[in-house]
Amino acid sequence: MSGILVITEQRSRLSAETLAAGQQLGTALHLPVSAVVIGTSEAGEFADKKLDRVYTVDDPLLRAYTPDGYTAALEQLIRLKNPQVVLLPHTYQVRDFAPKLATRFQQVLVSDVVDFRVEGGSVTMVRQLFQGKLNADVKFGGNAPYFASLQAGAFRAESAVPAETAPAVETVTVQLDASQIRSRPEEPFREAQRAVDLTAASIIVSVGRGIREKENIPMVEELAKVMGAELAASRPICDNGWLPMERQVGSSGQTVAPKVYLAVGISGAIQHLVGMKGAKTIVAINKDANAPIFEVADYAIVGDLFEVVPALIEEVKRAKS
Amino acid sequence: MKIIVAIKQVPARDSQLRVDSAGKWIQTSDLSFEVNEPDAYALEAALQLKEKNGGEVVALCAGPVGASQTIREALAKGADRALHIEDDTLTNQDTLAVSRLLAKAASTENPDLILTGLQSDDLGSGQTGVVIAELMGMPHATIIMEVEKKDASIRVKRELEDGWFQHVELPLPAVLTIQSGISKLRYATLMGIKKAKTKEVKRLTAAELGIAPQATVTIEKVYAPVKTKQTQILEGTAREAAAKLVEKLKFEVRVL
Repeated sequence: MSGILVITEQRSRLSAETLAAGQQLGTALHLPVSAVVIGTSEAGEFADKKLDRVYTVDDPLLRAYTPDGYTAALEQLIRLKNPQVVLLPHTYQVRDFAPKLATRFQQVLVSDVVDFRVEGGSVTMVRQLFQGKLNADVKFGGNAPYFASLQAGAFRAESAVPAETAPAVETVTVQLDASQIRSRPEEPFREAQRAVDLTAASIIVSVGRGIREKENIPMVEELAKVMGAELAASRPICDNGWLPMERQVGSSGQTVAPKVYLAVGISGAIQHLVGMKGAKTIVAINKDANAPIFEVADYAIVGDLFEVVPALIEEVKRAKS
Repeated sequence: MKIIVAIKQVPARDSQLRVDSAGKWIQTSDLSFEVNEPDAYALEAALQLKEKNGGEVVALCAGPVGASQTIREALAKGADRALHIEDDTLTNQDTLAVSRLLAKAASTENPDLILTGLQSDDLGSGQTGVVIAELMGMPHATIIMEVEKKDASIRVKRELEDGWFQHVELPLPAVLTIQSGISKLRYATLMGIKKAKTKEVKRLTAAELGIAPQATVTIEKVYAPVKTKQTQILEGTAREAAAKLVEKLKFEVRVL
């Protein structure tokens, strides 16, 4: 057992982050790091990173993603290459197949990891519990390979070390049979063209569950208007139909990085934070002092939004007049 | 169609959480508990499928004796009966250990479909449904928005990232994890609550299922997150705090 294997995902910006994390872990454990690309024979963006090897695993049955196809292919690759640690980006696709893959090895995927430490050659993974209210140090057990998926934004893609000499690209052939693949995926689609591009906004005022009722939304809308901001929301608001889906920020909505992100009544579940923690300045208004949103906030008002927002509207108006 | 819904009991959403004296989990003695919200959506999806296609909905829960309250609620909302794997030690277990118990109990029922929430609000590992599917040799799909029953298969709508979706067809039996917020959750009716009292809850133990739960990965320590950012708390009345914020936005952040 040796080495670290980074499983990349095509067209996911998280792949580069996971690769950077893999390099850091490899340095700490003195282990070589390799990456695998699936469903293509091109090493692509990974060919210029400092890696021991890039494996390409391609097969007509891997062109469209299926959990059966990916699990079967990666199980074969892992049994062939015997990595000590397998790292994956915590994407929706990884959530769909990685628990299955780990189970094949009688292992448990440590999912949504935000950090890790290496002490005396032993790895401690850090992940969040209770929707980010607490952290946990988690230790692998049983026999390697060990599996972990990494949260979006937890590691910086820019910190990936470029290659001095291009890594060797190795084509790995896997045995797949169409009968192994039980699900039949259709073409992915988008429901409607987006009319609102939140990524272009320099100020975003975003509203969450704390607003309680649809009737209270106009108050936040007015705050956005006086601040010259785009209005956005966390998932529950859009699920309830109080604001259109195109205004949703988070892992299933848009990822934004405005100058100012003002979160009103948003507790800050992980799925929301990954969509906005790149904002330059984060302001949070929430009545629960322990809400995870305050972990990422630059300015915090712990208070009742129904008192703070009207006061803020008046103060902004005054400052602008 | 026989549908099993795996549900979990978790601390109520707005609980004030305190780390326990061993530093490995939270103090649970003073907490109130409720059904894991994503699982409530899985139950809702199961009840709607039953209303449309007929069949039976069986709630499956692994947890302490106190989880019977959450099971009763599921029965009151319309589940026909329940299986309760009673175990007080499951908070020390991992996804694989708990999934082994759930899969074993589920396999005694020969279900057509197994539904569960996409993740739990406490551990949040988001894996139980997928691991159950692997252990039972069933196909699965995750983060499901809609389920359409066909003859020997189902066609589901999966949510992908960034506003994308995909339809997938799966043969039955299969396991699905259901996206939260996709429908309005029903309340238990008075009649439902009354009926729930007479519905069957079959109690099982790990020993009866022939499984000795054994964690592979372990939680070494639970703690409040270390702040990575310097947060300025703007104190005072609502008006004072608002005035301070505008001051900051105008002169430090320079956006107003």
